[in-house]
Amino acid sequence: MTDSHAGYVLGLADDALISAQRMGWWISRAPQLEEDVALANIGLDQLGQARTLLAHAGALEGDGRSEDDLAYLRDERDFRNVKLVERPQTDFAVTMARLLVFATWQAELYAALAGSTDATLAGVAGKAVKEVAYHVDHARQWVLRLGDGTDESHRRMQAAVDAEWPFVEELFRPVDPALVAAGVAADPTVLRAAVLRRVGQVLDEATLSVPDVAPAVAGGRDGLHTEHLGFLLAEMQHLTRSHPEASW
Amino acid sequence: MVTVSTGSTTTGGAWKIASDVPDPELPVVTIADLGILRDVTEDDQGRVHVQITPTYSGCPAMETISTDLVDALTTAGYQHVDVEFVLAPAWTTDWMSDECRAKLTAYGIAPPTGRVADGPVPIALAVRCPQCGSLDTRESSHFGSTSCKSLWVCRSCREPFDHFKAI
Repeated sequence: MTDSHAGYVLGLADDALISAQRMGWWISRAPQLEEDVALANIGLDQLGQARTLLAHAGALEGDGRSEDDLAYLRDERDFRNVKLVERPQTDFAVTMARLLVFATWQAELYAALAGSTDATLAGVAGKAVKEVAYHVDHARQWVLRLGDGTDESHRRMQAAVDAEWPFVEELFRPVDPALVAAGVAADPTVLRAAVLRRVGQVLDEATLSVPDVAPAVAGGRDGLHTEHLGFLLAEMQHLTRSHPEASW
Repeated sequence: MVTVSTGSTTTGGAWKIASDVPDPELPVVTIADLGILRDVTEDDQGRVHVQITPTYSGCPAMETISTDLVDALTTAGYQHVDVEFVLAPAWTTDWMSDECRAKLTAYGIAPPTGRVADGPVPIALAVRCPQCGSLDTRESSHFGSTSCKSLWVCRSCREPFDHFKAI
């Protein structure tokens, strides 16, 4: 169970890390200064969660890898994040649709993990659950405003939800039942019901519809990613790999 | 040097020095005022172990606070100082002292409104402007210059200000 335990934590760490990196893209590019600050802050919260989770995954793994080793010195196939977070998000509506789903999922996940038998995981979750409540609210406000806005903003917000929806299901992929039974991991089926209900309520209020689309092929948790992750890692890891051991 | 029993929590010399370390982002308050400083233990060899907790998971000030603690304690003569980051129990603005809230207001930052306890994230209904004292204010953004603050504008004096979010 140690392997699946470390793998479970690594998956959650990679979700937060890759999402943080995508949020960082918006710095200097957001539609207004307040939004620039908001997206940077959301990314920073996710990065903080990722750091502690990566350090914990490294400790569970027992091979002496640090948070930096795990973030900067793994290749695509060794990353365990869901595909939802790795694709480019250079469209503002896509960013908000994705954040609504991802932050709501993290909110339910961390609320459940705050009672995990893994004390470190419980500590991270107990802290993060308060942070992601603000992320959910931020995404919700924008989805409402754009969905129930002009014809143009409605059309683009719906298109964004449609684009993200095939990648939602992967969040609820089964985890090792032994981890759930041991009280370490959260039960994905319980999370699924809660997340879909909450996101559905927001979409409904925003006059948007829940897309009726087939899920995309999952595989992120097994290291099978879209072509976009390699480019993201090239940018994120470049400095560390070009100047190993550098510090300032 | 204050003599205390082995490994026990101290309110003596080491605690006093650690608790005087200012927050690097908000130098008018100390890390003890904010509730970031959780525990200081001191053994009979003079070794000091400090526990601090971040306000937010990604708070970039933690490394600086850690360095500042080691500097302050070694300057005061403690030879062996280590600083540990703890996450549980999660930091809350409820831990801020009333004195801390008063210092923040005087500095131009509206302190958190109410107590969080175990309720949901509270939406601040009325935040008092730290400049003119008016309650006629509005939030312009959930997120401010640091993770722990939101941006507000006063409708009375027209000044923008930071508000420490209740969390």
